[in-house]
Order: sequence, then structure tokens, then C-alpha cells
Amino acid sequence: MIVRQDGLALGLAGIFHRFSGLLVLDGIDLIIPAGEVTVLLGPSGCGKSTLLGILGGLIAPNHGEVRMSGAVGRDCLNPLTYVFQDFSLLPWRSVAGNVGLVLEDHPMTRAARNDRVAEVLALTGLSEFAAAWPRQLSGGMRQRVGIARALAVRPACLLLDEPFSALDAQTRDLLLEEFSEIITRAGTTTVYVTHNLSEAVRLGQQIVVLSRRPGRVREIFRIDRPVVGRRISDVDLLACEARIWELIRLDAAAAVREIADA
Amino acid sequence: MPDRVAFRGGGFSPATKPLAGIATLVLCVALWQAASWAGWLPKLFLPAPDAIAIALFRLARSGELWLHLGASLSRLAVGWSLGTVAGLALGLAVGLFSIARSPGMAVVSALFPIPKIALVPLFIIWFGIGEGSKIATLALGVFFPTVINTAGAVDNVPRGLIRMGQSFGLPWISIVRKIVLPGALPAILSGFRITSSIAIILLVAAEMIGAERGIGAFVLSAGNLYDTDNLLAGIVVLSALGLCVAWIIGRIERALLAWR
Repeated sequence: MIVRQDGLALGLAGIFHRFSGLLVLDGIDLIIPAGEVTVLLGPSGCGKSTLLGILGGLIAPNHGEVRMSGAVGRDCLNPLTYVFQDFSLLPWRSVAGNVGLVLEDHPMTRAARNDRVAEVLALTGLSEFAAAWPRQLSGGMRQRVGIARALAVRPACLLLDEPFSALDAQTRDLLLEEFSEIITRAGTTTVYVTHNLSEAVRLGQQIVVLSRRPGRVREIFRIDRPVVGRRISDVDLLACEARIWELIRLDAAAAVREIADA
Repeated sequence: MPDRVAFRGGGFSPATKPLAGIATLVLCVALWQAASWAGWLPKLFLPAPDAIAIALFRLARSGELWLHLGASLSRLAVGWSLGTVAGLALGLAVGLFSIARSPGMAVVSALFPIPKIALVPLFIIWFGIGEGSKIATLALGVFFPTVINTAGAVDNVPRGLIRMGQSFGLPWISIVRKIVLPGALPAILSGFRITSSIAIILLVAAEMIGAERGIGAFVLSAGNLYDTDNLLAGIVVLSALGLCVAWIIGRIERALLAWR
């Protein structure tokens, strides 16, 4: 069973980053609290995916550093674990093979590995698709595999880069619901990048609103009630969504024009 | 009554009809045969299909065909394998290591365009008139396209998959073995189709210089004697050889790339 862990907190200090001379992140200081869902929200091109890459050690920032503190579960194999927008599944491996991939280089018996794969497949509703090829699955099912793969390493912190943005609205709502239950049960620290406001308020306990490029922290909203049980139509969530929209609409409009110009 | 909207979609979708392909070949041979019977094609100009078939049958029965085919096949196997193994090794190195990339590609780009046939005299000096020079011609002809194709195949493995492997802390060797190599395999296998054809072309050319046995030598000697029946019988064997190799590669692709 996946057990609640003490949790991992992350701290970003003085992060500056440029891409080919263009300033993308302009002095980000941020705490990601342990065991909570932090949403990084901002218009297209604001550097939120870059920030997630820096958090996970996949991008080296030009300035500043990321620190992590707190306990990591004993069976955690990869403390900072990604879920990718494009699923990043190996098309030549079955569903079970894709999940098993991330366990194969760790010292565990084949039986233990198979057990763990079976467990996360059951958790994500994929048990009967274990032998299927990724190409046989719908987008929603593929991202379930992405989530199952991430859970298989018992992450202390999940880093999700617009994981449901390639899916249709209904699939997205269903997966959001399942996903919020899974992470709440596991108590995993979660950082969720999105540009979708209703996703942000549906999942976020801390919602970090970034400005358009160069990305700065504009404001941090908090929604302290548990993630499980939230409905998109809840009044407090809608109110929060409206406040965030007021804050970012000019930025969002400007970002649209910026991309069109480029 | 309003006008009916006419269908204008459907895209471009040429259909595959295997029977039509076979029927076309059969028709061509039948026309050829008919023209020979009618006396429009003199024997020396272009022998009739039945004459070629009889020549092939005689060659097979006398055992001469198998001697030539055996010599050619062993050269093909050794030369192609050597060129492929070396080409895969350098191609992977160019695709994976910065230290190999620029030097490797510079050498390959400089040497690839050289017609390998032009080097045969040099190979004869270096490796002797025997098997060595023939195998070297084949191996070198296969080596360069394999390097270029393999390096390109590695480059085309989606970077996102490699980043995924890194994000899960997979060791370098696992990323290469479980992500890069399987990802590059389809392009590497389709490269085999090209290099095997190159090998057959070079095989015949190399056998035309100082070989007693081999389909190439046989075709050359039949040509020198204007024995066009046997000349075309040899060419039919080469064509069949090409088809067999393509079929084998097709089977390998189906077995290894079932996930597609």
C-alpha cells in the first residue's frame, strides 16, 4: 500500500533564467509546502514549465538554487517525479512494461517489481490493460499510464506539467477527480503546472500566479480546504477563479498577442 | 429545390492491390514471350523468357548455379555483416558522444561520395586479388550509409523520451539500451534494405574483377561470349536474391516492430 509520508518541501531562491538571451524567469522565490498541492498558473510562455524543469533538476537555472527538505519514504525510488504533458510513453513497451521501466534499475526481485506494477495499475484503473500497447489506448488512458509510472517509484513530490491539457474536457474532469483522490491518499507533495483556471482552483491548495514573460510571482492564493470533495461548481472555488481571472486577464490577453506576433 | 452538395472529399488514398502487381508482371512476361515467338525479338537482342528459364534450369541441374550462388552469398554475408557492424558502432558513437560526432561525420562526409568501385584496384593491392578485396569493397560500400543512417536514427529518437528516462534517474546505459536503441531500430532496419541492395550491386561489380566464381563473374563471362540466355539467367538470380533479402528484412521488421 502507498502510505502517507512525512513529505518533502521544496524551496526556490532567487531563480533567474534566460533562453537564448530572453529573460524567462525573473527572480522567483517560492516555498512548496510538504504534502500540499501547489499550482503554478500563468499565461502561455510565462516560464511555468521552465520553473517546473528547474524544480525537478531537469533544467539548470542561470542563477539561484532549489533546495529540498523533509523526510523521504524508505521505499521512495525517485523523490522528484515528473508526469509529462505528452505522456512520454515508450511505444515499444506494453502498459506494464512502461511502468516497469522505472523500477528495473533498482535492486528488487522480479516478483516485487511485478507486484508494484500491478498495484499502481490497479490504483489507476489499468489492470486489464497491462498487456496493451500505448497506441491502442486513448489519450486519457495513456496519461493514466503516465501517472501509474510516476506512482510506481513512490515519489515524495510529483511534478506535473499540464498533464491533462491534451485531453478532452470530460476526460480531464474525470481524471482530475481520480487524481486528487490518489495524491491525497498518498500525501505526496504536488506541483501542478497549468494555464487552466478551473483546474487550478479545483486542485490547488497554494495557487502561485505568475506574470507573463519574464515570469515573476504576482500573487499567491490559498484554498485551505481539502482537495478531495471539491467540485468545479463550488461557490468558493468560482469566487477564487474570478479573482484570479481579474488579476491575469490583461496579462493573458497580452500573451496571446505576443505569441501571435512571434 | 436547392442544389445538392456534391461529395468532394476522400483525400488521396491510393489502394494496394497485390494481385494487380503480380498480374502486371505476368502480363509483361507473356507479352515478351509472345513477341519472341512472333519473331519480333531476335535471340541475341533479347532472349525469350522460356530460353532464360531453360538456361536457369540447366545451370541448376549441372550444379554450376549453386557454386556461383554459394560464392556470392558468402561474400555478401561477410562483407555486409562487417560493414554493418562497423557502421552501427560508428553511427551509434556519432549519435551518442560529442567526441565522436564532428570527427566521425567529417570523415564519413568526405569518404561517402567516393565510388567504391573506383577503389577496387587499390583494394586489390592492399588485400590481394582473392576474397579480401571483394569483401572490402562490399564492407566499405555498406559502412558509410550505415553510419549516416544510424546516427540519424539516434538523433531522431524523441528527446522527450530521453528526458523522461533522465527524470526517473535511469542510468545512462539503461537509457541507451531501453530508449535510444529501440527508438532507433525502425530507421536502422529500413537502412538495412538500402545497404543490402548496395551490397548486391557492389558484389557483382567486385566479382567482375578477378573472380572465378560468383554470379557477377558468371554474368561477365556469359556477356563476353554474347551468351545472352545465361547472361539474363544470372540477372534473374540477382533479382531473386534482392527479393529474398528484402523479404527476410520484412520478416525481421514484423517480428521486432510488432508494436507499430
